[in-house]
Amino acid sequence: MAWLLLLAPLLSAVAITCFTRPFKKLSLGISVGAVALSFLIALGLFADFIPAPTPFTWIELAGFKIEIGFLIDPLSKLMLLIVTGVGLLIHVFSLGYMHDDPGVSRFFAKLSLFIFSMIGIVVATNFLMMFIFWELVGVSSYLLIGFWYEKTTASDAARKAFLSNRVGDFGFMLGIILFWSLTGTVAFDSGVLVPLHGVVGYTLTVMVLLLFCGCVGKSAMIPLHVWLPDAMEGPTPVSALIHAATMVAAGVYMLSRIFFVLELSPSALDVIAWVGGITALFAALIATQQDDIKRVLAYSTLSQLGYMVMAVGCGGWPAAMFHLATHAFFKALLFLGAGSIIHAMHHEQDMWKMGGLRKKMPVTFWTFAIGTCALSGIPFFSGFFSKEAILAVALNSHPALFWIAAATAGLTAFYMLRLFITVFFGPAKSEAAGHAHESPAVMTVPLVILSAFALFAGYSAFGLSHFLAPDGAELHFAMILPVSLIVVASGLVLGFSLYRNQTKDPVLIPLFKHKFFIDELYDHTILAFQNFLGRLAAWCDQWVIGFGLVRGSAFGASVGGEFLRLFQAGNIRGYAFLFSLGVALLLYLIFS
Amino acid sequence: MEPLTLNHYLGAAGLLFTLGLTGVIIRRDLITIYMCLEMMLNAANLTLVAFSRFNGNLDGQILVFFTITVAAAEVAVGLALIVALYRIRQTTKAEDLTALKF
Repeated sequence: MAWLLLLAPLLSAVAITCFTRPFKKLSLGISVGAVALSFLIALGLFADFIPAPTPFTWIELAGFKIEIGFLIDPLSKLMLLIVTGVGLLIHVFSLGYMHDDPGVSRFFAKLSLFIFSMIGIVVATNFLMMFIFWELVGVSSYLLIGFWYEKTTASDAARKAFLSNRVGDFGFMLGIILFWSLTGTVAFDSGVLVPLHGVVGYTLTVMVLLLFCGCVGKSAMIPLHVWLPDAMEGPTPVSALIHAATMVAAGVYMLSRIFFVLELSPSALDVIAWVGGITALFAALIATQQDDIKRVLAYSTLSQLGYMVMAVGCGGWPAAMFHLATHAFFKALLFLGAGSIIHAMHHEQDMWKMGGLRKKMPVTFWTFAIGTCALSGIPFFSGFFSKEAILAVALNSHPALFWIAAATAGLTAFYMLRLFITVFFGPAKSEAAGHAHESPAVMTVPLVILSAFALFAGYSAFGLSHFLAPDGAELHFAMILPVSLIVVASGLVLGFSLYRNQTKDPVLIPLFKHKFFIDELYDHTILAFQNFLGRLAAWCDQWVIGFGLVRGSAFGASVGGEFLRLFQAGNIRGYAFLFSLGVALLLYLIFS
Repeated sequence: MEPLTLNHYLGAAGLLFTLGLTGVIIRRDLITIYMCLEMMLNAANLTLVAFSRFNGNLDGQILVFFTITVAAAEVAVGLALIVALYRIRQTTKAEDLTALKF
């Protein structure tokens, strides 16, 4: 029964790809039905209505066993609900958004594949199973970013995403191997750590940092963050599902899952916390100067992921998971809202060509407003609670990171208000914005449901920390309230005063606009170095191997042959005579 | 009449061998040279059989079987080469084949 949770989306992907691609209606039905079934089973597992299935052994060698099974604990229950719930809503939204696309069956097959891989990560019982699904998620992300593969930008973005992920995954794999060699097993079980107690500190630090590499790639931390903003080339529901709510959160989920390993190395935890904090601030700064509505949200996602990773690094993984949950709802809501706007604007994404959409798209406006409030951390919206929890964790362990996080919160409020005012208020700034109208119900209903979660998910906090870690960290609220309220309020006031009734951006900071020139830096260092290596290899192939070895040996044989021809007289009978004379001489010398 | 000894056989074989070698050296036609080569092989066979007969073991005769087998294969290949050569050059004269000379 519970296996269907994992198998339903896989079967859907296979069935659509192999059989039902020409029949659009049927394909959509299969895909949505499969994710709905998964959601129901996830609900059943959550309520302990369905028991977790017994695992089966996949590989068994002497002293080493790899199982495929379900690890059902509060952490994975929560994550399963997020993945399948948000996944279901986004499937429904895609019915409307992708309605006119000729490749819609292919799209839904890939979405199903993604849901399958993501569920696999969540329920994985050991590192190896997680790694397999981890890579599958990377593949489905690649397929979905490059869904409009005839667009060069989209296929480039897909390759960039895949390669950046591979860099991180390689570190993750090394980390898994190191873990295996130290403990002799790959299971997620704190009991296996006993052999690690005698291990030298820096070996553990290296192992934890290598494992963290997986998170750096998947959750787009600095310095591998470059793929996420480009991934917005994919269809908007994909951006909402994969690049905001679930896949990029997999890194944070993984860190929470293996926190029992992470906490062995406090110095590695410090590195994790600082990488997260710096990513949060850095991405928020970039987001203040982006014009593409989806890119603003993408950098905002980066920033929020930085928050979560920082929380894990500070030792507060329940707070990170809490923020992951609320962020999944309100960021999916914001992306779907952006999708609704883009749909109405006939695929225009520049926010300075929108404006005045408040009256024309009331449902989108109100739901987007709720999402904005939740992301900005306005009190009593869900984002407020989770952000407070993370700030509290940061204050307890790294006061410096607390101030970075607080500044990020202010910036978040600022750039979200900038986006919100520019898109929904003021005059219509283009022809398309003047004629925009509300999206169909199949797109607005998921918005409304998600906004309900964005409003109320925060109140689960009071039970959530207990649910995730019965004897662990408590979430505190009171002490940091004044600071966060002040920074959020000042961000809002600044945004309001700067962007009210503007038709073009009044602020221009090239450094932020060009994303700190990181892409250019990579172009000039890594890419240039790779090009150099490529040219060196091509030169070696052409001149050393091609000219030197292949043609050189042929040339040598040819010249040698020509040289030996000088000794030929062209008379076969002469050869035979000399040959027999030689033999006779030899015999004479031997026997006399 | 005195009985045949090993030396009689070896003498006959040596005569055959010299005949063959002389043929190879002085004849001009490739096919004749080839037949002379075969004669040299058979001279060797004759010595082997003679030694086998007079030493009272079968090693020499077994070796002869091998020689005959290899010679058969060699003849097949060699004659095929000569036929192919004739098709290209319209000649089987040894002195016409001087392409290897610089």
